[in-house]
Amino acid sequence: MRTILYLIRKEFIQIFRNKFISKAIFAVPIVQMLLLVPAITFELKDVRLAIIDKDMTPESRGLISKLEGSSFFKVTFSTFSEKEAENLLLRNKNGVILHIPSGFGKDLITGNGGKLMVSVDAINASSAQLSWAYLNGVIRDYNAGLITENIGVASLSPLPRITITNRYWYNEELNYKYYMLPGILVILVTAIGFLLAGLNMVREKEIGTIEQINVTPVRKYHFIIAKMVPFLLIGLVDLALGLVIGKLAFNIPFEGSILLMFFGATLFLIAVLGLAVFISTFSGTQQQYMFVAFFCMIVFILMSGIFTPYDSMPQWAQDFNLINPVAYLMRINRMVMLKGSTIYDISTELLSLAVIAVCFTTLAVRRYRKTA
Amino acid sequence: MNDQAIIVKDLVKKFGSFVANDHLNFEVSPGEIFGFLGANGAGKTTAIRILSGLSKPTSGTVIVAGFDVYRHTEQIKKNIGYMCQKFSLYEDLTVKENIVLYGGIYGMSRNLIRERLGNLLEKLRFREYENRIIGDLPLGLRQKLAFSVAVLHEPKIVFLDEPTGGVDPITRRQFWEMIYETAERGITVFVTTHYMDEAEYCDRISIMNDGKIVALDTPGNLKRQYDAESVEDVFIKIARPG
Repeated sequence: MRTILYLIRKEFIQIFRNKFISKAIFAVPIVQMLLLVPAITFELKDVRLAIIDKDMTPESRGLISKLEGSSFFKVTFSTFSEKEAENLLLRNKNGVILHIPSGFGKDLITGNGGKLMVSVDAINASSAQLSWAYLNGVIRDYNAGLITENIGVASLSPLPRITITNRYWYNEELNYKYYMLPGILVILVTAIGFLLAGLNMVREKEIGTIEQINVTPVRKYHFIIAKMVPFLLIGLVDLALGLVIGKLAFNIPFEGSILLMFFGATLFLIAVLGLAVFISTFSGTQQQYMFVAFFCMIVFILMSGIFTPYDSMPQWAQDFNLINPVAYLMRINRMVMLKGSTIYDISTELLSLAVIAVCFTTLAVRRYRKTA
Repeated sequence: MNDQAIIVKDLVKKFGSFVANDHLNFEVSPGEIFGFLGANGAGKTTAIRILSGLSKPTSGTVIVAGFDVYRHTEQIKKNIGYMCQKFSLYEDLTVKENIVLYGGIYGMSRNLIRERLGNLLEKLRFREYENRIIGDLPLGLRQKLAFSVAVLHEPKIVFLDEPTGGVDPITRRQFWEMIYETAERGITVFVTTHYMDEAEYCDRISIMNDGKIVALDTPGNLKRQYDAESVEDVFIKIARPG
């Protein structure tokens, strides 16, 4: 036990004597939070809309002014040429084209029902669907307005109608910052866990100081634990720093127990640090390590459900996520921060993380060789 | 027989088809200064890594400080010190921090570490360097310090792999004075070197060529046997016959 303390002290001295690393570990969370949280949003607004109005009647203008009044759309182009509108779509100048054919207003008044055509740039499928849904909503609204105007409210009242009241739980204002911030915090601790400890280990190999350690009676697990502990603590400090910034800059709600979230993060960091040390035993140079670690990190983060709904992933991806520590912490952070989930609600996640942590760390200790 | 510091019988180490150590046989007595000579690539470092438990032999018997290298590697590590030219101390730690670290690793008590640290700084006239970063010290000082750290825990045997490479003659002389002192305390010194004048200081020397030990005796006997004026002449006659 004393040996571990001596080794841990050595790691801390080395980390804080390194002028660059010692500053970077505090600068990175600040920059990452302030930059990524407001930048990454799925909120759809100001979709650029091109309008081909071949009708030019009060009816078509009424529809256009309704669209202009909505915060989702910004009418950026009006033209009579389909070709020009398509060109704009091609050059990414517009997201949606609304085509109002001539005779639209007349058909409405004569009771034949108007026809419209909408073209949506669907490179990003989900934003295309959203744009269409919003546009559809505005048009339906306009349509309903027309019906009341022409037929009168009274005639509608006998028809039975379903009234829906809805409430968005846990994030009532649908604020994407609230959704992304817990995820960005996960990325933050992932980077600390994955990159620093492993690189540190491989650096000792490159310089050769690891030989001097291997020739002493130091136990393998002492050395590995001493490599993990400082970065575990730094990861937790960075997490705290990230939370403080989240509170100050974005006023993020924190419904659950902070202690519970840090407990989850501790298990997570042990898992990731164990994996990092495991990878480092295969790597002879920092370059080799970076390549493998970066690859794992990207796969883990992108599959974790940070950007995409977890339940919509194919089954095999969900199966893979059983061993993906990032996926567990992603859920834990969001559940604890936004829903106020308790230790019982996230017990599966915590237990899985604990198992992964034990497995990866054991692998690392077993793979590490003092004698070649 | 078990009181020998090192016993090596028919030691073979192969890397694929390359034979780095070809049936080595020798014994080293406690307190002896044993010079391990050979041209670059003769297999010295391979042997020293096996003796210090960093690498496993392919076959043969190797007993170090009474422990078998196959089964009791960690026991051996408690009883030896090791220093090599390339890598020794942490360059981003201070003199004191390095000594405290290695003292702690060998399980020395806080008081003992403090006491040895004091003695060491006194003996090397190192007081002023106590809180200096190793990386800022000249090579000669670093090597002297590395040696002191290697014997800090008073091991039975210390392995030195080219400890004086790139060091100036005065520092080399001082370094050998430290080696003598260490041997007088009963610590066995196993040293490889390319400086033939240093070989003269050893109690016995062995000379390796192409993975085999081709000569092993006291410097005096070897000079007589090969009718040479110095160990250097002996070395040249053996390493490049004809």
